[in-house]
Amino acid sequence: MIDLATTYLGLSLRSPIVASASPMTNSLERLQALEHAGAGAVVLPSLFEEEVNREALRLSADLDAGSDSFPEVGSFFPPMEFEHLGPLSHLKLITAAKAHMTIPVIASVNGTTAGWWLRNAELLAIGGADAIELNLYSVQANPERTATAVEEKYLRLVDDLRFRVGVPIAVKLSPYLSSTANFARRLVDSGVDGLVLFNRFYQPDINLDTLDVENRVDLSTPEDIKLPLRWIGLLRPLLPRTSLALTSGVHSGLDVAKAVLVGADVAMMASALLRRGAGQVALAEAELVAWMTTRGYHSVAQMRGSMSSHTARDARPYERAQYIRTLASYHVGNHS
Amino acid sequence: MLVAGRGPAIATIDGNEAAARVAHALSEIVVLYPITPASPMGEFCDDWSGAGRRNIWGAVPDVVEMQSEAGAAGALHGAAMKGTLATTFTASQGLLLMLPNMFKIAGELTPAVVHVAARALATHALSIFGDHSDVMAARSTGWTMLAASSVQEAHDFALIAHAAALRTRVPVLHFFDGFRTSHEVDKIELLDDEDLRALIREEDVVAHRMRGLSPDHPVLRGSAQNPDVFFQAREAANPFYEAVPAAVQALMDELGARTGRAYGLVEYEGAADAERVVVLMGSGVGAAQETIEEMNRYGEKVGLLKIRLYRPFPAAELTRLLPSTATRVCVLDRTKEPGAVGDPLYLDVVAALNESGRREVLVTAARYGLGSKEFTPRMLKGLFDEMRSAAPRRHVTVGIVDDVSHTHVTPDDTFEVPTKAVQAVFYGLGSDGTVGANKAGIKLIGELTNLYAQGYFVYDSRKSGSVTVSHLRFGPEPIRSTYLISAADFVACHQFAQLRTAPILDVARHGATFLLNAPYAADEVWAHLPALVQHQIRAKELDFWVINANHVAREVGLGGRINTVMQPCFFALSNVIPRDEALAALKGSIEHSYGNRGPAVVERNLAAIDRALDALARVVVPAEEDTVNDGALLELVGVGAGAPALTRELVAAHGERLPVSALPVDGAFPTGTSRWEKRAIGTELPIWDPSICIDCGKCAIVCPHAAIRMKAFDPIALTDAPAGFQSKDCAGRDLPGLKLTVQVAPDDCTGCGLCVEICPAHSKEAVNHKAINLADALDHRDAERPNWEFFEKIPELDRSLVRHDTVKGSQLLQPLFEFSGACAGCGETPYLKLLSQLFGDRMVVANATGCSSIYGGNLPTTPWAQDAAGRGPAWANSLFEDNAEFGLGLRLASEQQSAEARRLLDEMRPHIGDEIVSALMQSDQAGDAEIAAQRERVATLKYLLAGLNGPQAAQARRLASLADELVEKTFWIVGGDGWAYDIGFGGLDHVLGSGRNVNVLVLDTEVYSNTGGQASKATPRGAVAKFAASGKETAKKDLGAFARSYGNVYVAQVALGGNEMQTVRALLEAAAWPGPSLVIAYSTCIAHGIEMSTSMTHQKDAVGSGYWPLYRYHPSPEEGAHPFQLDSKAPTTAFSDFALAESRFSMLARSDPERSRHLLAMAQSDITQRWRYYEQLAHVERALPHDDGTSVELPADDEDQGGAS
Repeated sequence: MIDLATTYLGLSLRSPIVASASPMTNSLERLQALEHAGAGAVVLPSLFEEEVNREALRLSADLDAGSDSFPEVGSFFPPMEFEHLGPLSHLKLITAAKAHMTIPVIASVNGTTAGWWLRNAELLAIGGADAIELNLYSVQANPERTATAVEEKYLRLVDDLRFRVGVPIAVKLSPYLSSTANFARRLVDSGVDGLVLFNRFYQPDINLDTLDVENRVDLSTPEDIKLPLRWIGLLRPLLPRTSLALTSGVHSGLDVAKAVLVGADVAMMASALLRRGAGQVALAEAELVAWMTTRGYHSVAQMRGSMSSHTARDARPYERAQYIRTLASYHVGNHS
Repeated sequence: MLVAGRGPAIATIDGNEAAARVAHALSEIVVLYPITPASPMGEFCDDWSGAGRRNIWGAVPDVVEMQSEAGAAGALHGAAMKGTLATTFTASQGLLLMLPNMFKIAGELTPAVVHVAARALATHALSIFGDHSDVMAARSTGWTMLAASSVQEAHDFALIAHAAALRTRVPVLHFFDGFRTSHEVDKIELLDDEDLRALIREEDVVAHRMRGLSPDHPVLRGSAQNPDVFFQAREAANPFYEAVPAAVQALMDELGARTGRAYGLVEYEGAADAERVVVLMGSGVGAAQETIEEMNRYGEKVGLLKIRLYRPFPAAELTRLLPSTATRVCVLDRTKEPGAVGDPLYLDVVAALNESGRREVLVTAARYGLGSKEFTPRMLKGLFDEMRSAAPRRHVTVGIVDDVSHTHVTPDDTFEVPTKAVQAVFYGLGSDGTVGANKAGIKLIGELTNLYAQGYFVYDSRKSGSVTVSHLRFGPEPIRSTYLISAADFVACHQFAQLRTAPILDVARHGATFLLNAPYAADEVWAHLPALVQHQIRAKELDFWVINANHVAREVGLGGRINTVMQPCFFALSNVIPRDEALAALKGSIEHSYGNRGPAVVERNLAAIDRALDALARVVVPAEEDTVNDGALLELVGVGAGAPALTRELVAAHGERLPVSALPVDGAFPTGTSRWEKRAIGTELPIWDPSICIDCGKCAIVCPHAAIRMKAFDPIALTDAPAGFQSKDCAGRDLPGLKLTVQVAPDDCTGCGLCVEICPAHSKEAVNHKAINLADALDHRDAERPNWEFFEKIPELDRSLVRHDTVKGSQLLQPLFEFSGACAGCGETPYLKLLSQLFGDRMVVANATGCSSIYGGNLPTTPWAQDAAGRGPAWANSLFEDNAEFGLGLRLASEQQSAEARRLLDEMRPHIGDEIVSALMQSDQAGDAEIAAQRERVATLKYLLAGLNGPQAAQARRLASLADELVEKTFWIVGGDGWAYDIGFGGLDHVLGSGRNVNVLVLDTEVYSNTGGQASKATPRGAVAKFAASGKETAKKDLGAFARSYGNVYVAQVALGGNEMQTVRALLEAAAWPGPSLVIAYSTCIAHGIEMSTSMTHQKDAVGSGYWPLYRYHPSPEEGAHPFQLDSKAPTTAFSDFALAESRFSMLARSDPERSRHLLAMAQSDITQRWRYYEQLAHVERALPHDDGTSVELPADDEDQGGAS
């Protein structure tokens, strides 16, 4: 019997396969399907400050539009209670999930102002979230702002939040850091319980028909796992007591195996679930179990970190880009 | 200052809410139909029932919106006859539609209540404002009629009404004045449930229920009676009527004992030995009370009889209360019965005094206040002076100057009624939230302090850039001043531009405080003020404060909503409440009002309060006189030079002072007047870049205001063009050698941005630079004015030179619908403008009441215009419910006139020549060239006829009067979905079934837009609207399917933003179809909860999701024809993607996501199934029936046959 149990952010999980924040986790029905399929935990969709504020301001403006502007109209809409607006919607989902599910429920928050971030992380923690994932998603395009200033801001936030909430805190990192390992360790020093590697940004695309710049959600491919594999493998020995979650490019049980081998406590899936549904969790688990059985592993704990930068037979690929050699080994196809 | 101690619950609410609170608490069933100014009563009930509020018996009243007031009355009749407690709310035309059932309900002695916000009936014009002509039309129905004269009374009398109906079995019509009471916000004492229970006797409720129609104790009602008994049966109910006055008085006494508010059927106030007494009912009572008190203080002997119970008329009470000293009585009626000896209340009083033997009293009549005309103490003082004269006139008018019939009395402009109230007047725009903030402010003061508070709001008739004026009073005594403020202690101007369009400081008293929102600092604003404003600030020694509220609002993220910035300034400056208490309360109210909209909204508004006070600054008025040009004190920019005199006065807001002789006798007004109203409300203007333009015409076709024009012209026209005037060579081969200009009308553009949004042409170097781009109006307006003037003078292109069935071609035709006051970005008006371009010179429009009749026909101006030859759309509005029938009538008349002209023409053939007669008779008039030729023939005909003398002269004159009917006219029946889907559906169906050649254009906004967003049967499943607060449960009606079922009706569903070309073609085909045509046009609306500058994108998405499939059903006599043509592609996006981008749908997702998902899924299923059905329909062969014996008849109703072939 294979033991899939793992510990993430101090939470006991029956499996290392976790549903990452995505539309797949935005309703109780879907969350229950994920639990049924065997997910070890679920991360709810991120609560984005800008999105929440934009929606609230838009609804407010629409409710007021045209009100009291001519004699026949007091307003254009009936009075309404928006119990599912912004944080309240997440809060309700957490409450429902905790009432109807047994696996841990992790809330994800992304803010632009410290006060908002703290207030809502605290709100979701009080509301029953088993852990908080801080989604450090931002595009730093201001040339006046230094990397140090950005990092200091996040560290202060973690400091403040650690003081205010009792539940574990994870930070979802951007891959675009000048010194990833340094920032990771400083986060851990500030009291973070776990790191999630890495965030995937919406990337702009050009619509050649309309010549519009469009924000597109491109689902990950299995290739995308390589970047987080490297960094989990590097960080695992450096941060032995910190929970590490690998996300991006986890599409199969074999990907989960890779994640665990390099040192991840959990492997998070989103794109594969969006493509194939909650059942993909069960399929991945079956693949993982099959691989482990074939290889003679009896537990995830046994595997975890067995191929980190300290434990791999040859750890050089973690440290060096191997650019020249790798490139030289690439066989150019016959396109002429 | 703040309220201490306990007493009756108080509320600061308007008359509608005051009445509705009681009605909801005392009803089991509420049926209704929205109509101004009564709509809010039904909306309140719907909101309360939706929130689970219960009546005094513990049940949640069932609130049901009907398809018309006639429907509401029918349902009321049924509900009451079954023994439930039923009520409804209405006004004006709505009450008229209820009359047949009201006679029945009273005739059957069935308790029921109608609450009426009394409003003028449409006669020479529609008026949404208050008078008693509607309730007076109901006075013969047999209903008890109770008249409330204040918000408190609207609350109290609602209870009396419900209780009296139950006690007496006679149904009760409870009324109060539309707007003046229905929309006046006042601080009142609330009745509690115990008060209601005390007056509503359970035995009366049970007795009513037991009389209800039931098969367990069956009776027959509504029998038909013969001459033998009908009359006697009609008299049988007399004892019930005789009992009503005493029963109502008993209820008033019971109410008085509980609340201390004593009422009588008639009440007298004034000197015990009064010589002159006025009689009136309704809101005018407040002004009358103030007047007689002040007059009596100076020793005059005057009095007032207030009529509370109007039917049954309390003759004995009236006679008893009239002081024996009274020798002169003047009865004031707020209605007009042309041709009667006198108006109704006057006749009642004359008869009452006559029957009582008081024949020594001279009774005269005064008519006042029609259509909410102001009624003030000065006018009343003038009336009392008239009554004192040696020979007072029998019939006079009050409040106008009647220089035709010389009926008016002159007001006493020296008369003043002192007040202890603080009076404040606020000028704002509809879009800036001024009225909403003032309503909140009144509530705050009314409910937190011992002060009495009153608010009344005046709006202009435009839907974009509308001006609002708020009149607020706060004082230690109850406020009875039922008229506008004329000497304000505080004046606020919330829009700097308003200083130039209205004499705002006229209303300021000496030493008043003046608060101005200005884009200038305190030390620089003075130099920017109009001369009149400078002069008045100095002369009146005003305490002048300034704030840049727009800057503060933008800083805190509130955009153009400056209400939360201006409101704390008022509290800080007015000292109605101590400043700190006021601001704390204001912040509390912000959290209360906006709490459910999310913290971001609350935080921004709270920040606005704090920042506002920092930004508020006192202006030091320069010691020296400067920059004042006494010759031009006010720089009015509102009226264009050359406007007709009447239009000029109306636009300049001088309508109040116009005498009777200035107005047309029959309601006929000139068209083409909107061009004289230069409102300059756009803060941004679209500026054309001809180097990029591709001549597509899209900017012009989507412009809701015809403020972007496109003209093609001979280059020679550019001689003398202003330096900044731009043009380019016409692209393409269709107009060789011609120049083209796209020009904005800078004073008429609202800056909505639709033209920029739709423009497909862009710069290669910077994609965000289009062929038309928004730019700051301040930088461009002055420069574009001469360009526009020049553009207007360029001759229109010969209509026959361009294709009418293309977007570009249609936009090179002159629009004869221009510069309407519709909402910026309105989705309806582009269709009307297009219609006017295609057919304007030969078009007759029958327009249902609604948005299109308001922006189309509400004074001061109309957008319906004329071409250089003086031709243009002839437009008329009959009613809301009858528009299709009205339009058919116009068509029938035209057909008759045309046939008669042809008959006469044939008769006159020997006298005027065979050639011209044949040419006139045989003209097919299919295109503009042929119509122009026919017009020339008609001109020739008229010339020939004028030359005929002798025996043919009479026939010649007769034919000449009909000759214009030899030119084809096109008849368009236009209205919104409220008309077409609901109240007018029966008539529309009949007209479509008539086979006559009429064209119907339905401007489908999917909601009652004009009355504020109530659901219609066009409202889509899952959308939030009033009466569908939890999302519309049922699917939208497929109006086109009904019409298609006739087989011979041309039907098209169009969306300009989905496919402009298809819209153009559909309108052309509809007009060309010799039978009935129906075009259903998707019309984006502010009630959709969208950014209106993106209207066309939403239309495109509606089509792309399959929600609004485009099609044309073109009946054909050809065998094998496929009349149904789908013009849009199969859906490519999910309905929810389209829907959730609109707040009408997304609101539900945020209030009840499960229900939202459920309804959106159902709606998606609707779409999928309909698309499948339409695809099959596109393959159905169907030929119009014809009688040559060769056609194979298909089943008559192929709608149910799917793919039958």
